[in-house]
Amino acid sequence: MDLNFTASENAFRDECRSWLEANVPPGALPSGDTEEGFALHLQWEHKLFDAGWAAVSWPKEYGGREATLFEWLIFEEEYYRVGAPSRVTQNGIFLLAPTLFEFGTDEQKERILRPMARGDVTWGQAWSEPNAGSDLASLKSTARRVDGGWRLTGQKTWSTRAAFCDMAYGLFRSDPEQTRHRGLTYFMFPLHGEGVTVRGVDRLDGDEGFAEIFLDDVFVPDAEILGDVNQGWKVAMATTSSERGLSLRSPGRFMATASRLIDLYHRFRDRSDPVLRDRVIQAWMDAQVYRWFTFQTVTRMSHGEEVGPDSSMNKVFWSEMDVRTHETALAIIGDALELDEGSPGAVDAGDWMKGFQFALAGPIYAGTNEIQRNIIAERVLGLPRK
Amino acid sequence: MRFAFTDDQKMLRDTVREVLQRECGPEIVRAAWEGRTDGARAAWHTLAQTGVIGMTASEEFGGMGMSELDLLLPLEETGYAAMPGPIVDTVAVGIPLLEAAGTEAQKERWLGPAAAGEVRIAVSFEGREIVPHAESADVLIADRGGAAYCVPIDEASVHPERSVDRARELGRVSFEPGPRHRMREDVSTVDLFALGRERAALASAAQLVGLSRRMLDMAVQYAKDREQFGKPIGAQQAIKHRLANALIEQEFARPAVYRAGWSMATSARDAEVDVSLAKIYAGQAAKFVAKEALQVHGAIGYTIECDLHMWMKRAWALAAAHGDPAFHRERIGRHIL
Repeated sequence: MDLNFTASENAFRDECRSWLEANVPPGALPSGDTEEGFALHLQWEHKLFDAGWAAVSWPKEYGGREATLFEWLIFEEEYYRVGAPSRVTQNGIFLLAPTLFEFGTDEQKERILRPMARGDVTWGQAWSEPNAGSDLASLKSTARRVDGGWRLTGQKTWSTRAAFCDMAYGLFRSDPEQTRHRGLTYFMFPLHGEGVTVRGVDRLDGDEGFAEIFLDDVFVPDAEILGDVNQGWKVAMATTSSERGLSLRSPGRFMATASRLIDLYHRFRDRSDPVLRDRVIQAWMDAQVYRWFTFQTVTRMSHGEEVGPDSSMNKVFWSEMDVRTHETALAIIGDALELDEGSPGAVDAGDWMKGFQFALAGPIYAGTNEIQRNIIAERVLGLPRK
Repeated sequence: MRFAFTDDQKMLRDTVREVLQRECGPEIVRAAWEGRTDGARAAWHTLAQTGVIGMTASEEFGGMGMSELDLLLPLEETGYAAMPGPIVDTVAVGIPLLEAAGTEAQKERWLGPAAAGEVRIAVSFEGREIVPHAESADVLIADRGGAAYCVPIDEASVHPERSVDRARELGRVSFEPGPRHRMREDVSTVDLFALGRERAALASAAQLVGLSRRMLDMAVQYAKDREQFGKPIGAQQAIKHRLANALIEQEFARPAVYRAGWSMATSARDAEVDVSLAKIYAGQAAKFVAKEALQVHGAIGYTIECDLHMWMKRAWALAAAHGDPAFHRERIGRHIL
């Protein structure tokens, strides 16, 4: 065990830090989950890519810098520490890309990865349907074989930022004779063009962050299939494991939130309140523990171990930690918590209330925490399925 | 950055696990509860033969000169077994204190035999006169008024106290602090005993992780075996979710404890903050797992026929021992706020 960073890891941190400090836009951008904000975030994404920071762990040929997993965690720590803009490219870079590296053809990687990382082509997820949420395998959207490709029909929903994105990926029933997890295929498909209708849906926090996608006999060529025909479930599980695991929510994000919470506590509250004080300490401890847990996991991964269903523990922990931390912040702010973004008297521009509302989504997205607990119980603890 | 134990550290853990599985089953813990400690003492001697009891002593005294980090996995196993006896007091705290602050005569009389498993050490920090295994230990190490003492137990007075965990054999110790029992005066007693307190907290945290794991194992096994409504209760989501929560608590406590062990072993800056975090997390997890395991067992868990209670009571005691959560939270608060 050596919990010091190596000299080259420290050098990497210095390099990240100096570039970010010199380049992160001063002042917050408007929310990336609005049309205006999305466009401004993309300018930032272009800048990140052109300097080689968009996807640090990727191979150089796709615009990365072949950073180790630990270096990637370091980059994330620095990124959130300086308060850089949220990543509107995340559903591509952090979720689709790992799946592409595992299942994609050379042609797909060549064609898709660089534009994805630069933010020239943006990606949304399209898993849920109106009647297929936690029970994803009951999905109804279909893919019909035609000459040279497939025709997609159906409705997808809760697709983050799809109202502004160019492309999406999801599962479609390609073999009507098979049921449940069998006979599904993983497709990448356009969000504009003939037969596609995308309708934004306002989220709890008021941003148009969600969208519904209606597909009516939309043509996609064979080249847009990821993995094998009818084997989409296996491919999709690789994506969800990235989402639950560390690639979507690395510790840097929560460490930065904990630091901001401590700063808020100092500014807004009589320090003799022992209950709030304890809650702030707990929030700091939770972020620390998540960091060490992640370092432990990443060490296992660097030794070639599979993480598998353990990623469900991760997801429950970070999502519930994030809610608690924001609840503590609102308790510190007191009755001013209701002053929303845009209100002149809002504390920290209303970020805590907005962050709280976003945090409440954590236990729901990426597979509800109820589903995660089933996975932990059945696949880690070995309890009977029924 | 490499957050993993070495193969040697894992091998030592496996050895301890095997010994305790063979020689320290629940019946041995139960016997200790009833005052019959022969079985537990036999397991102690076997552990001594593997080198675990002496692991913190230097080679000169028959030990392996191992660090706080090396100790964690073996101690976790002693928690898993709810092993009776002053293992934290002797191995994690007593032997290093004796070696650092003992006079030549004291070391000669006690250190080698302690490392060999022949004598056992109880430790009383200033202000903590009620100590585990006081009566069954052979020698007491204590600090009083900034000075260190090494007192043969038959020259101290021990008044029994009763722990909710009977295997802890609590006693209230007192002795006449005099030159006869003084330890070395040319060392910083205050610093050494402060370090001893950190080691006791860390070692307890390691045991708490092991206690959690055992209670969770018991509950999972029970949930698989126990049938109601024609199927195992573990097939019910209500049970699954309780046990999943218990696993999460336990698995997030583990790296906190390991981190603290590394920090102590390397004298890292702010190591005491890491120890406090470890102690809080391990205690929180063990108490949580205890509660969930009890609920999953239902009424049988609420009896002393069921082994679970011995692990729960150890967990309650250790979660508060060597700095309760309020103490450790305050230490962290002073550091970060």
